[in-house]
Amino acid sequence: MSAAGPALSAAGARGRRAAGLARAVLPGLALLLLALVSLATGRYAVPVGDVFTVLAAKLLGLAAGVDPTVETVVMQVRLPRVVAALVVGAALAAAGSTYQGLFRNPLVSPDILGVSAGASLGAVLGIFLSLPVIAIQLLAFAGGLAAVGAVYAVGLAVRRHDPVLTLVLAGVAVGAVLGAAISLLKVMADPYNQLPAITYWLLGSLAASTLGDVAAILPAILLGLLPLVLLRWRMNLMSLGEEEARALGVETRALRPLFIASATLVTAAAVSVTGVIGWIGLIVPHVARILVGPDFGRLLPTSLVLGAGYLLAVDLAARTIAPVEVPLGILTALIGAPFFLWLLATAKRSFA
Amino acid sequence: MSLAVEDLAFGYGSRVVGSGISLALEPGEVLCLLGPNGGGKTTLFKTLLGLLPAKAGRVTFAGADLAGWSRAERARTIAYVPQAHAAFFPFTVREIVLMGRASRLKPFASPGRRDREIADSALATLGIGHLGERIYTEISGGERQLVLIARALAGEPRLLVMDEPTASLDFGNQARVLERVRRLSEAGIGVILSTHDPDHAFLCADRVALLHGGRLVALGSPDATVTRENLRLLYGIEVAVVPLPGHARSVCAPVLA
Repeated sequence: MSAAGPALSAAGARGRRAAGLARAVLPGLALLLLALVSLATGRYAVPVGDVFTVLAAKLLGLAAGVDPTVETVVMQVRLPRVVAALVVGAALAAAGSTYQGLFRNPLVSPDILGVSAGASLGAVLGIFLSLPVIAIQLLAFAGGLAAVGAVYAVGLAVRRHDPVLTLVLAGVAVGAVLGAAISLLKVMADPYNQLPAITYWLLGSLAASTLGDVAAILPAILLGLLPLVLLRWRMNLMSLGEEEARALGVETRALRPLFIASATLVTAAAVSVTGVIGWIGLIVPHVARILVGPDFGRLLPTSLVLGAGYLLAVDLAARTIAPVEVPLGILTALIGAPFFLWLLATAKRSFA
Repeated sequence: MSLAVEDLAFGYGSRVVGSGISLALEPGEVLCLLGPNGGGKTTLFKTLLGLLPAKAGRVTFAGADLAGWSRAERARTIAYVPQAHAAFFPFTVREIVLMGRASRLKPFASPGRRDREIADSALATLGIGHLGERIYTEISGGERQLVLIARALAGEPRLLVMDEPTASLDFGNQARVLERVRRLSEAGIGVILSTHDPDHAFLCADRVALLHGGRLVALGSPDATVTRENLRLLYGIEVAVVPLPGHARSVCAPVLA
């Protein structure tokens, strides 16, 4: 190597560090900007300056000195939605990137093991029985975990086939049974009162989310994310497949259930508050992989940030593009499906 | 003494595929496993690697029974080189090779500078240092096979188990892979490999084991085991085994009826 080599590589290292810092800071700033725009935009427009004033006043415990309507709109109406969008979007995208790595399948999303179907059945049952909101959320959460538990029990009982394939197929079957139960409840539900609420829940919405809801699910989401963060490098080995990972010294029989439980916990907590929001956990990990590659140590934070920003943007669109609020599930599908097809057609690397 | 297989029986579930297998492998020795499709080569390998439990008998390393070892302990001793495959995600070659360090790292750890140095030196050993930043899914089958060998070496194992490392490679890459295998053994690593081509036994093996119907029908030097009679027994065809002029080895060629 020439004498210029070390100097060049030192400059390169500095450049890489600066680029790394920019990569770490810029997405956070972009997310913050989007959140401010989100807080300012809506039927009742609030200048961004006033949003700042209200937020700063709340943080410092001072009186804002702005119109109380502005304070109510920002703090009571929009802030809970914005926070819920950030948390739920990040959670669904993180769960999606985990499931895709675990099941080595680009079509895998957080719903793959029946978590969404189970949560839906729990929530629909709660609405059908006219239970209070907190009970509906608890039923959704429990339903999601129970569905994945059932799928996993089938996977353990049927040991004749590839474990990953068994889990996916068991998820399809259990999801179909749960879907039938949901349909039955919809038929039996009161068509004027309960059925709209059920339909609305199944399409997902942040409209009713409160800061209390977010505070209630945050511990479960953080608990679920913790193993994913700690074991981020091992996750790469899981994507090699069962036998190869084991031959490389990875205890897959301990790690696979742990990863599944973590991603399921995160998903169930998220959908218990917002209802089913499809496509985020499917699309966002692909985009993240195109941006930073498949290494889970970079993929996980990228998915978290992109998922948060994506759901925030979609929710902003949901409440501004039409006089009536558009359910999130409709928008995420309308945006997600064509985008997914475009990925399929062009981005060979993420599917190779 | 390094690896010893003692009266091993192996199979899936309740089905016993093979039994009565006894063999040993010294450091730096290359053992070539020949046998027809469905003869149990892959199942035997999975049992050696501890991916399947032994039905009877045992596998020991330096006298210690492998059955009681953790996955990481096994991986540090015996590395597995699977057939070159298309990995699902577009990892770089260096990332793939670094995965070979898994058995040397604590569960929550990510590879550090030393691990990267070992990975790079494994790539250099196989003469593919230039591939480090390439995407694994975009390189050729022969290159992938070398990358998987480098990944196995990155774990600093005592011996390698290679499942048909030359399958699906072109003529030139087959010879290149076998040449690397030969060099690894000269560096003191024991190698067990399976192949469909009996010529490969003459090219790189110290000893040959013939597996037929789940039993070892012969075990010994290439000249003593790769014979017309044994190949007819194994594959059911006539094969001419003749000396290669100018080289101290023989070659095999099928003879059509």
